[in-house]
Amino acid sequence: MSELFRRYGTGMALAMLSGVAIWVLAMVVLPYFVMVEYSFHPNLTVVEMGGPKDHYTLENYASLFRGIDLVNLEFPDDFRVFLRTLWGATLVTFICLVVCYPVAYYLAKVATPERASFLLLILVIPFWINEILRTFSWYIMLAYSGPLNIILKALGIIDAPVRWLSGSGGVLIGMTYAFLLFMMFPLYNALETLDRNQVEAARDLGAPTWRIHWRVVIPHAKPGIAVGCIMVFVLAASSYVVPALLGSPGTRWFTETIYSWFFEAQNWPRGSAYAFILLGLCVAFILTMMRVFKVGLTDIAK
Amino acid sequence: MSQDVELDNVTMRFGDFTAVRNINLTVRAGEFFSFLGPSGCGKTTILRILSGFTEPTEGHVRIGGVDMAGKGPNERPTALIFQNLALFPLMSVWENIAFGLEVRGVPRDKRRKRAMELLELIAMPDAADKRISELSGGMKQRVAIARALAVEPKVMLLDEPLSALDLKLRQHMRSELRAIQRRTGVTFIYITHDQGEALTMSDRVAVMSRGRIEQVGPSSEIYDAPQTPFVATFVGENNRFSGRVADIAGGVARIETAAGLLSGRAGPALKAGDKATLFVRPERLRMGADEANRLSARIHHVDFEGSFANLFLNGAADGEIIVQAANDGALPSLAPGVELALGFAPESAVVLPTGGDAGTGAGSGEMQHAAAEVAA
Repeated sequence: MSELFRRYGTGMALAMLSGVAIWVLAMVVLPYFVMVEYSFHPNLTVVEMGGPKDHYTLENYASLFRGIDLVNLEFPDDFRVFLRTLWGATLVTFICLVVCYPVAYYLAKVATPERASFLLLILVIPFWINEILRTFSWYIMLAYSGPLNIILKALGIIDAPVRWLSGSGGVLIGMTYAFLLFMMFPLYNALETLDRNQVEAARDLGAPTWRIHWRVVIPHAKPGIAVGCIMVFVLAASSYVVPALLGSPGTRWFTETIYSWFFEAQNWPRGSAYAFILLGLCVAFILTMMRVFKVGLTDIAK
Repeated sequence: MSQDVELDNVTMRFGDFTAVRNINLTVRAGEFFSFLGPSGCGKTTILRILSGFTEPTEGHVRIGGVDMAGKGPNERPTALIFQNLALFPLMSVWENIAFGLEVRGVPRDKRRKRAMELLELIAMPDAADKRISELSGGMKQRVAIARALAVEPKVMLLDEPLSALDLKLRQHMRSELRAIQRRTGVTFIYITHDQGEALTMSDRVAVMSRGRIEQVGPSSEIYDAPQTPFVATFVGENNRFSGRVADIAGGVARIETAAGLLSGRAGPALKAGDKATLFVRPERLRMGADEANRLSARIHHVDFEGSFANLFLNGAADGEIIVQAANDGALPSLAPGVELALGFAPESAVVLPTGGDAGTGAGSGEMQHAAAEVAA
């Protein structure tokens, strides 16, 4: 900060700082405040706002949890969707981690630099295409009479076509694909900085491959794993396009619930409250990951 | 049973490039053995072959008589100390040392006990629970050695482990390494481009160049009786006088050079009429002319080093002539421009054939440059 003043002078520095401040306030902070404010009010018509019926309430937050019966394990619809989103996003995160770890290790430590950059390019190119198009192409691939079923049938792996899109399968496949790179790059970056000699030293001391990974490679990659998991989880939990395109009525995502409260039920306070509950879920996940992997915010920023 | 390390006709090729060529060598059990050579001479390749990270294209490695072919680094009785040490930064000091035992399934309390013993050996008894990043360079060095010793290897392989340390520490670690080697009795095979390290620590040294072993022997033999021009120029400083051998009698060769007829000990396979070079060390060149070989040269530069001075002179040699003059009171008279009469005894010089292999001559000049850089 003082560096800024020293280099550009007081006037210029103030102009730059106030520019940033206005942008952050107007574009980021204020809309959030509006939503926070909404979420604590009952759903009223414009005329009633500020009138006698208007008061602060926790009703919008509480309504998600109302009707939970832990004895008979019965949950209201919105809460079921919330749980499914939590479970689904966790599963997608885990699948991404399992799929990416070997690939990232290969790219960072085994492949020659030329091959690694070529393969990274191949990985990135599909992501130059719009997310909706990519997701829709999965819709085609997974369709009942789509290419996947035709190929699997031709290979004799399945006898009858599988309805990929009727359960959660389509959503999980689509999300894993959509967010794979958000796991790949943090992992790759973390593994790249691992000194190859450490792997060789562990081997020289007699360690089998799994123990080298368990004791040397994975501990080193922890910040990358944490960042990758956080990214994928947050993106998956707040994804709208993939469940909307690849989901079926039985696989509604919490984002879709929020959307319908906002735009179908016209209940902005309820929608806002649900959005903050989703935010709370993501923050809780981030804090848990930081705790589990014993990484600080500074490690993550690396 | 003896745990000699045998290299039997070992050759390593990478595509068209031959990194190591027909190495035949036996390192005796309990020996401190060094491979000395400039970078790219193949010494690191030999180390990787011994440790099992690479399989030789041809030939065999035997340790204690057992052929190591097909055995990975984790199946050999060797432990490698990496140039950058490769300690595990996320483990504590004692966990690093005990890692090899952990791998072997030794229970935790036994591991810790063994780690404490090794910490005692390396004189760091209080460092068990420290983090690697808290250690100084020399301490890291010793932890790396303890980590390797923990798996009780028959052979320790060291890849220039001192190169990252500063000069004082490097010299201290030389004697430390030597002491640890004596205490444990483990065979040490040491790779270095630093002749000071190789000569001070080793029982025997192998000087390598371009994938071949040029000479194997105790340090003093390598220095005093080089057998090839490469060894003569790579190890230490040498003044060179090239010419043609006039005659050989009683192990003394006389060689016709630009500085006149000079004599020195005849090197191996030297014949009259051969193209050859006479090498004489800077400290063997004496001022005053009462020796069998005489020449004169003019001082152009003096480097004062404290207990001695290096005089650089122009004379009838290949390159400049270097004389090491003791600081015995006569130094002030030795200034640039002074003409000196120099002499040396035939037994102080060695005459080695340089004919035929034109490459060796060109190479050795380049190597001398590299050696000078290393010495600096």
